[in-house]
Amino acid sequence: MTGAQSLVRSLEAVGCEVVFGIPGGTILPAYDPLLDSTKVRHILVRHEQGAGHAATGYAQATGKVGVCMATSGPGATNLVTPIADANMDSVPIVAITGQQSRPLIGTDAFQEADICGITMPITKHNVLVTDPADIPRAIAEAFHIAATGRPGPVLVDIPKDVLQEQTSFSWPPEMRLPGYRPTTRPHGKQVREAAKLIVNARKPVLYVGGGVIKADANAELLRLAEDTGIPVVTTLMARGAFPDSHDQHLGMPGMHGTVAAVAAMQKSDLLIALGARFDDRVTGQLGSFAPDAQIIHADIDPAEISKNRRADVPIVGDCKEIITELIDAVRTERETAKAVDLSPWWTTLKSLRETFPLGYDWPEDGTLSPQYVIERIGALSPADTIYTAGVGQHQMWAAQFVKYEHPRTWINSGGLGTMGFAVPAAMGIKAGVPGTTVWAIDGDGCFQMTNQELATCAIEGLPVKIAVINNGNLGMVRQWQTLFYGERYSNTDLGTHKHRIPDFKLLAEALGCAGLRAESREEVDEVIGKALEINDRPVVVDFVVGKDAQVWPMVAAGTGNSEIMAARGIRPLFDEDL
Amino acid sequence: MTRHTLSVLVEDKPGVLARVAGLFSRRGFNIESLAVGRTEYPDISRMTIVVSVDELPLEQVTKQLNKLINVIKIVELEPAASVQRQLVLIKVRADATVRSQVLETVQLFRAKVVDVSPEAVTIEATGTSEKLDALLRMLEPYGLREIVQSGMVAIGRGARSITATAVR
Repeated sequence: MTGAQSLVRSLEAVGCEVVFGIPGGTILPAYDPLLDSTKVRHILVRHEQGAGHAATGYAQATGKVGVCMATSGPGATNLVTPIADANMDSVPIVAITGQQSRPLIGTDAFQEADICGITMPITKHNVLVTDPADIPRAIAEAFHIAATGRPGPVLVDIPKDVLQEQTSFSWPPEMRLPGYRPTTRPHGKQVREAAKLIVNARKPVLYVGGGVIKADANAELLRLAEDTGIPVVTTLMARGAFPDSHDQHLGMPGMHGTVAAVAAMQKSDLLIALGARFDDRVTGQLGSFAPDAQIIHADIDPAEISKNRRADVPIVGDCKEIITELIDAVRTERETAKAVDLSPWWTTLKSLRETFPLGYDWPEDGTLSPQYVIERIGALSPADTIYTAGVGQHQMWAAQFVKYEHPRTWINSGGLGTMGFAVPAAMGIKAGVPGTTVWAIDGDGCFQMTNQELATCAIEGLPVKIAVINNGNLGMVRQWQTLFYGERYSNTDLGTHKHRIPDFKLLAEALGCAGLRAESREEVDEVIGKALEINDRPVVVDFVVGKDAQVWPMVAAGTGNSEIMAARGIRPLFDEDL
Repeated sequence: MTRHTLSVLVEDKPGVLARVAGLFSRRGFNIESLAVGRTEYPDISRMTIVVSVDELPLEQVTKQLNKLINVIKIVELEPAASVQRQLVLIKVRADATVRSQVLETVQLFRAKVVDVSPEAVTIEATGTSEKLDALLRMLEPYGLREIVQSGMVAIGRGARSITATAVR
């Protein structure tokens, strides 16, 4: 068989169900046998960036490896953004790219780009296959590396002549990865040390990151939390890892976190970080972050531990195994140690939670409140709905005002902050879990970056729902201009309001979707209801909202978390000593 | 900042050097010296990397290096527990008036003359970077026409082998 046939056979053997991609010169040989595959569905996207984010959405929703495919040169470089995005958010995707034939590599041939060199800093691993006999092993290793340890993107670059050459196929191939041995079992002594700190802490906080969802450890987390009574905060990547309805949940920490979550970490004497990485958006100014806290840091990636904040008890391993062992270790420790009363701690936190709940004011100019729209979408949609978002104000509101009860129901671009993530990600999510309602909460800025994938969704039978939170502006940038640049609005007005260009309702219809619009409070529920009823094609709802709504609370960039502002000018933690 | 010598065993595959070098620059570390060569195993290469960095960032860069799939093992070699050598070739001006003085310096440092011309000699010397620095300082007054220096290579003292334990 040819290298191309070997590639398709390998994808089938490794369990790949769907590939998002676009053919082109050098990857063409692979597309020929793909036409005959009954196991691998190919979804023809409109832009390679869409293929990459779709693979990410698919992977985040299903827990499986997402796959995207592109040709050499511009096809491959268009994958750079989604690969970097997947790398920052530890998403297991495999990108397969065509490459110029071996004799042409290095000659600046047509559509030649050194994609392995380009993606070296933004992949977990990448490889240029130079022998067709290596294709099965390269694919098996790529899927293995992407999915195990700390997940991440892997790129496999295959020259055209390698795809065309005759070769033999055998499965499973022998993997040769002498330098790759991720630690999953935690060290027993470290777990016991952690348990000791946990039972003796007076102000502990469970700082939960996306790793808990990746490890499918939400059930274990719930048990640990309920066993210990310790308050929980879930980061932007971990929304859904712990039910929002749970009384021990303080919400999201960080730049736009709840006052209670941010305060809990600032005042804590013990942070139990589980699959989290002390990102600057969570810690604020690192020097003043959680000044009195000891740190237990559990992560599968040893390089994350003590990277930003020194850990007192490091635990390397898979979060599911770590939490399982922690539960037992804490119980054992409890048998001998005197139980610490957490009720004073809870009194403080509950008072903060009640005094500074998440909320919003209706715009004074009578326009529609974006927060209200998002809140209503969350309230009216089925319980198992999966939400994704672009990046900006709407993303923060979607993280704040939709209530997440289950893991893998909130999928967004956290680390890289990729505008335009929502539509293609929703496409990938819908391909992975077709029976589930998928809402993309998008902004009008983000939507205009990647909405062409709605054509793909319409043609491929992926009826996603898009809520364009249309404030006519690059809202988050505008918010910063309001707060930090003296209300000088340089290049943030997109004109979407002023000129209604584009008309999102008409654009939706042109792309084969249903187009709806809501401009007043009265219309919101009705339009959401209509959108939920349409399941034979994608729906786009243009929610025309006010431009002056802001995301609160906020820790301004470069300041410490104790300076969190509940609303403009209100700093609940800065002046008083709670 | 202190100087650290890392021995890095890597798979002998294309692009590994770029991956390692890229990681150092990306994370803001400056490589002082780098040597790459074969080992007693055909598919394993060994890099000796010298960096000036504090203890904590060193730990971070070591962990990041370990994440590279092609990196098999990293060992820090303490100067006291290892043999560390660099090689330098020095072309120094040495006409008849100073040649004997130059040759005396060469002998003092147990270096070798490997090429001679009427105006210059080329000296080969090996040793620690301190010794080679001292030699260069001694030769400088005569006029250094050209120097070329290899990266540091280092090996642990005693019978233990870091490669043998890595491939087990």
